[in-house]
Amino acid sequence: MSGSTTRRHREGDGSDPPVGPRLPQLLPARAGSSRVGLRGSQSGLRGLSGFPAAAVRLRAPARPGRWCGPGRGLRRPRPAEQVSGERGEGSRPRRGLGAGRRGGRAPRAAGGRPDGHLRLVPSVGLGRPGRRLPQGGLPRRDPASPQSDSPTDAPPATESLRTPASRPRGLSAWPPGSRSPPRQDWQDHPGRGIPSITMDPECSQLLPALCAVLADPRQPVADDTCLEKLLDWFKTITKAGSSLLLLQENPCLVELLCHVLKPQDLSSRVLSFSLRLAGVFAAQEDCFQYLQQGELLPRLFGEPGPLGGAAWTAPSVRSGWIQGLRSLAQHPSALHFLADCGAVDTIFSLQGDSSLFVASAAGQLLVHILGLSMQGLAEGHPSLQAGDWPVCAQKIVGHIEESLHSTAVPQITQALNVLTTTFGHCHDPWTQVLWVRLSPLVGSLLEKDPVPAAHSLVDLLLSVARSPGLSSSSCGLWETLAQTLNHLSPTQAGPLALGILKLQDCPQVLRAQAFVILLQPLACVLKATGQDPGPSGVLDSATGDSLTVDVLLSSKAACVGLLCRTLAHLELLQPLPQRPCPWPQEPLLGAAVTLLQLCRGSASPASDVGRHLCALLLGCVRVQRAALDFLGTLSQGTGPQELVTEVFAVLLEYLRSPDSSPTVLKKAFQATFRWLLSSPKTPGCCDLEPHALLVLRELLPVLQKRLCSPCWEVRDSGLEFLTQMTRHWGGQAGFRHALLASEVPKLTEQLLRDPESYVRASAVTVMGQLSSQGLHVTPVSPEHPGGQQKSLLVELLHILSTDSEGFPRRAVMQVFTQWLRDHHADVAGDTEQFMARVLQVASQDLDWEVRAQGLELALVFLEQTLGQFHSHCPYAVTPPVAAPAGSLAQALQPLCRVRLFEFAFRALFDCDRPVAQKSCDLLLFLRAKTASSSGSLEESRSGPDVASVEAALQRWQAGDQGQPLGDLEPEVVLAVLRSVDLEGLRGALAEGSDHMEKSPQSLLQDMLATVGVLGENEADCY
Amino acid sequence: MLDCGLDMTSTLNFLPLPLVQSPRLSNLPGWSLKDGNAFLDKELKECSGHVFVDSVPEFCLPETELIDLSTVDVILISNYHCMMALPYITEHTGFTGTVYATEPTVQIGRLLMEELVNFIERVPKAQSASLWKNKDIQRLLPSPLKDAVEVSTWRRCYTMQEVNSALSKIQLVGYSQKIELFGAVQVTPLSSGYALGSSNWIIQSHYEKVSYVSGSSLLTTHPQPMDQASLKNSDVLILTGLTQIPTANPDGMVGEFCSNLALTVRNGGNVLVPCYPSGVIYDLLECLYQYIDSAGLSNIPFYFISPVANSSLEFSQIFAEWLCHNKQTKVYLPEPPFPHAELIQTNKLKHYPSLHGDFSSDFRQPCVVFTGHPSLRFGDVVHFMELWGKSSLNTVIFTEPDFSYLEALAPYQPLAMKCIYCPIDTRLNFIQVSKLLKEVQPLHVVCPEQYTQPPPAQSHRMDLMIDCQPPAMSYRRAEVLALPFKRRYEKIEIMPELADALVPMEIKPGISLATVSAVLHTKDNKHVLQPPPRPTQPTGGKKRKRASDDIPDCKVLKPLLSGSIPVEQFVQTLEKHGFSDIKVEDTAKGHIVLLQEAETLIQIEEDSTHIICDNDEVLRVRLRDLVLKFLQKF
Repeated sequence: MSGSTTRRHREGDGSDPPVGPRLPQLLPARAGSSRVGLRGSQSGLRGLSGFPAAAVRLRAPARPGRWCGPGRGLRRPRPAEQVSGERGEGSRPRRGLGAGRRGGRAPRAAGGRPDGHLRLVPSVGLGRPGRRLPQGGLPRRDPASPQSDSPTDAPPATESLRTPASRPRGLSAWPPGSRSPPRQDWQDHPGRGIPSITMDPECSQLLPALCAVLADPRQPVADDTCLEKLLDWFKTITKAGSSLLLLQENPCLVELLCHVLKPQDLSSRVLSFSLRLAGVFAAQEDCFQYLQQGELLPRLFGEPGPLGGAAWTAPSVRSGWIQGLRSLAQHPSALHFLADCGAVDTIFSLQGDSSLFVASAAGQLLVHILGLSMQGLAEGHPSLQAGDWPVCAQKIVGHIEESLHSTAVPQITQALNVLTTTFGHCHDPWTQVLWVRLSPLVGSLLEKDPVPAAHSLVDLLLSVARSPGLSSSSCGLWETLAQTLNHLSPTQAGPLALGILKLQDCPQVLRAQAFVILLQPLACVLKATGQDPGPSGVLDSATGDSLTVDVLLSSKAACVGLLCRTLAHLELLQPLPQRPCPWPQEPLLGAAVTLLQLCRGSASPASDVGRHLCALLLGCVRVQRAALDFLGTLSQGTGPQELVTEVFAVLLEYLRSPDSSPTVLKKAFQATFRWLLSSPKTPGCCDLEPHALLVLRELLPVLQKRLCSPCWEVRDSGLEFLTQMTRHWGGQAGFRHALLASEVPKLTEQLLRDPESYVRASAVTVMGQLSSQGLHVTPVSPEHPGGQQKSLLVELLHILSTDSEGFPRRAVMQVFTQWLRDHHADVAGDTEQFMARVLQVASQDLDWEVRAQGLELALVFLEQTLGQFHSHCPYAVTPPVAAPAGSLAQALQPLCRVRLFEFAFRALFDCDRPVAQKSCDLLLFLRAKTASSSGSLEESRSGPDVASVEAALQRWQAGDQGQPLGDLEPEVVLAVLRSVDLEGLRGALAEGSDHMEKSPQSLLQDMLATVGVLGENEADCY
Repeated sequence: MLDCGLDMTSTLNFLPLPLVQSPRLSNLPGWSLKDGNAFLDKELKECSGHVFVDSVPEFCLPETELIDLSTVDVILISNYHCMMALPYITEHTGFTGTVYATEPTVQIGRLLMEELVNFIERVPKAQSASLWKNKDIQRLLPSPLKDAVEVSTWRRCYTMQEVNSALSKIQLVGYSQKIELFGAVQVTPLSSGYALGSSNWIIQSHYEKVSYVSGSSLLTTHPQPMDQASLKNSDVLILTGLTQIPTANPDGMVGEFCSNLALTVRNGGNVLVPCYPSGVIYDLLECLYQYIDSAGLSNIPFYFISPVANSSLEFSQIFAEWLCHNKQTKVYLPEPPFPHAELIQTNKLKHYPSLHGDFSSDFRQPCVVFTGHPSLRFGDVVHFMELWGKSSLNTVIFTEPDFSYLEALAPYQPLAMKCIYCPIDTRLNFIQVSKLLKEVQPLHVVCPEQYTQPPPAQSHRMDLMIDCQPPAMSYRRAEVLALPFKRRYEKIEIMPELADALVPMEIKPGISLATVSAVLHTKDNKHVLQPPPRPTQPTGGKKRKRASDDIPDCKVLKPLLSGSIPVEQFVQTLEKHGFSDIKVEDTAKGHIVLLQEAETLIQIEEDSTHIICDNDEVLRVRLRDLVLKFLQKF
């Protein structure tokens, strides 16, 4: 029993809820006559079936609605009255609610306020359902519109806007007396006349009960994702319309906000929610004023609120407080409010909150407030000096300055983070003024040793440098950056150097300095192993840094960290157009190779530093991975032949080594492939160059051994590597010769029976490719020429029909599709038999991807049978080619013979949406393809075959897919194709599976139902 | 004596002992000196540029010249590989001591010895070469014969009778069992995690602890894990038996082993694995048990050929208490701890005592054969080398690290079969040793010199040496090393009667002293304080007292003093007692109080006080009493 069942039962027509997944009502019910419905036109049929709506049910009942969180679907279906009713002391039935829902439309304006004025209902106590206003009692939106008691008079859309919520009196925003807000005339509302609020009457009716639940500490909301969704919903509503009107029409909301302020044991999540909700409402200035009049906001966000109470210890409450203020701070009035209630000081203190989320949100709120306070001002006075800034901004900037002066690193970090966010998000001219004012302070941080909060400082400087609002040259940024590069430790300077090198316009000197710093660790490695840093000079100038050497030698963790970061930075930089020029390809190659040798212990460093490095890096998988990745990236450049030889040597060393971990091995394979790809080609020949061929000959025995590895990851990586190689050089003589001379193809074939499904899948892919390239040659006996080749097809079919895992079966389908595309000899020999067999197996597969791939195969066959599919390119002009009737029928015959249509129709009702969608596309394509010739081909619209097919389809749709369609004639297929509402089905399938349930009403019902479930569980337990 | 391993690398200088007549080996040309002198051609044969001794293989015995082994009281055995020289010692050196070892060590050691004896005895060779051992002749021989050390001490293999005799001298011990050795020290075997029953030893007295760490492993293989905690607080840790192949990771090697095995078999070739009948083979069979199905090798037969194959496989299953936890728990299921039982049940693994008999009828190819000896000089492996060496389809995979595989293969050259070297040595490598030493923190580490420097071929590999603080003390062959500690204390027991009589006096809070008069009785390195014999009461006045009857405790004992004399208070006391004109001088060791009138000097030092006065005994006694007032007596 699920929540969706509950809803379905409620919204249904009184019949029993359907059991199990329901299929789209594709065809009309054929009561008695087989001709009913099919006789009509296509559109007529569509109308009869009501397909789009029904199609939705294909998925919806099978899954809980998106609003329905886990554990909330246990509740039995309840009548709407019960759902909406109050619990506990408010056990009186709520008048009119159930009737109103059952009756469809709520009566408009019955008992409402004809003058259109909002009057707040005085409080009569918490939790008691107050006297409910009649449905539609507040038709204030359009006083001129005729009011009617008839529920059917008003169009639904308008009605949903006008129907108010029920109003329990239990929650009052304002106590009687002076604190009650003045009556507000809705006509004064600026949004008057605009259909802004999109809360439908059902939700309005549910809302008071929900607010009561939220306000009741005895009914905890178990799932706070509901609250998030509720908040999202309110955000959507307020974004679309007036918050003020919303509050006025749903006073329970204000009452909820008031209620949370009362000293009680309310859960922190509800309190947090309320704070955020208040912020959402107060984002609109008029609503803000409205809430201000009731002094609700100061009580929520000021000292009297949760700020001083025990609830404040909960991080979620502090977070809610910040997010509420963040939403609220949208207009000048909010700034005054913040100043008055002293919120800014609290935000300052929250920057150091123990919860990282709260601390981060506090920083962002400060940035937001700063931007808001400067917003109006900056536009009018772009050159305004910092001294003339608004008080709020001054205060924040003053706080930042104070923090930057501080000796405490956390405070400096907070200030730097606020500035980073500011410069990252706001590019107004005032930011330049701000930077000019603060840059000396930031610069003074560099004078400290060690530089405090270095990472944050780097982030700030890069944020400033990237800000289009700042003229970097005029505000001394480049100098600061250069200075920073010099002061930071090598570990900290790396990210800054990379950031500088990524900048578009940056002085060449600074770039050069940054590049030198970035290269320093590798230069140290080269120097330590007694190698020449190369002729480029860049690494030469980077070699002397003793600080880098100290870091490298200080500990294994520091050494590995620095090297991995450096390699990752350079890898990022290498493909960028703004990478430094000249790019020191040779020394970098040398460094990568040396690092790999050091990690293997095969380097022989002459110096003590080198020996120490060797001891630190030996067997370090992290550095190996990073260096192999980097080496692979460097393959895009060139290098002298001896260095390339060295690269291949080290790669082979890694591939051979029994100690290489599976991940390292995979990366070694990838790097090897990239280097083989980049090896210089002989002009006019795509084959591997001689040196690469030599490498390949050494590589294949290694690969052979790796394919026998006990570690499946290694076998899989080996097969992937082989796939890549075959794809690129499968047609080249040198490669073919080397491969065929090895045992690799034979071993690969054996891996089709590997116990690991991933390996089997990879083996299938490789074998498919080898076979396509004619590389799958096993000794063929003279009596059975081609017998061995045939056996691969048989073997793949065997895998497709028997393999217990999905991956190999999917791989087989992909291979078959490719074979069909390529007119592979085995397939081309008897394509129809091949297709019939494959489709038959695929249609029974439990894996939806296999079935979807079967449709892909079917599409290829279709294209090949009916001619090229013109819609491959959506912009291509496709002249209508009318095929002669005879040829069309002839063309469709093979499709019928291989039972393609049965497969496709079955897939149309597939329980997995992608399969149904693909099938839909395929049939639509087929229909379009045959449309032009439909006139000439006589459709058999009324034949008994058509009727039986349609009946079968209906059964399939109903879930009974046992009966096959039997042999179909092209005419019958065409008739069925035209009768089925494929467009409608496609549209319905495109809908999200939860779109039926994804409604605010569903959410509210779920939340209420959850509370009910909790209660029932309690009863069960005791 | 710590261990008595046998150096079998000497056998590499000999020609293999084929089970059946090998035309190739018997037709090898004799070696002659450069001058054409061929008097050695019966003893030395040449094969592919190498010279081999054509004789029964001989082994290099432990050093016997440095120490007289008959004086050795105890031999502690670490593992079954380290006892192979035992018969030579117990039977031929006058050794009369005791050998301590765990039960699996003895049982599997027996198997290894039995196999060795069997391998050599079943191929009797009439010829015994000895001429070449002559030092003058040896000098003329080519390497490595020329460089072989102590060839004169090389001996032929012992007999089964000697083995039995040697093993009978072994006393079985269990892990953590404390064994008293002559009261002087206590020895305790601890699990070392390397092989079934393998041990490290703790040798400790009451105040000193020496740990002997030999072949140990931290890897999770079949034996009980290594007991590291008990090694803590050692004064000296003697470290030996580290991995012989520090650059080869056993995991990687096992993977390599499996890959090469599969590769060969899939290509229709046979795989030969020269191995010992116990140890790594259990782990290999377990790996293969998991691997063969995945590699599609279920149909390939695995043969284990050794005279002791059956015993080895069965023994392994019954030593449950010596196995790792996982395997121990299987015993209670009940399941055999090792999966090779299942391999045998399903006929995937078959074992035979030798090539002859059933094996010949069951043999089918391609197959995998595990057999000994890893030196390739004797055992059934010789036959398979001869049989399969000519085909490049076959592969020999070396897994035992004790022998250089190139030297082992030398008499089989030219060889067509593939040779793969996958040494699997699970003993500690240097990284593990560093961690172990950090954990155990011995005051001193003593180890062979080779461990304190990188291997000569990889001088930059600083990681391939022991790195500890303080630096390890190293020793080399025949070097005498004094362990860096002195025995300063002995534990002495006090008899209860004597203890009862003691009256401790608290001289400082928490510190009490008592004077003891007793007789120290020492026997078997145990010291006991016994009450002194009572003075014999004079039975009558008639008998003359003998001088020896003067019991010391009959004298009036002076009390012992403790405490210090505060000079100022002492001076004040003196003044109170009428002394005047007192001067105090500070000296290096204390003070001098000068009573000028009395011409008396009181020298107060930390542990003595002297009153120097001129024959005025009354004054001296008076002053002494004043001094004593400041001191405690007991």
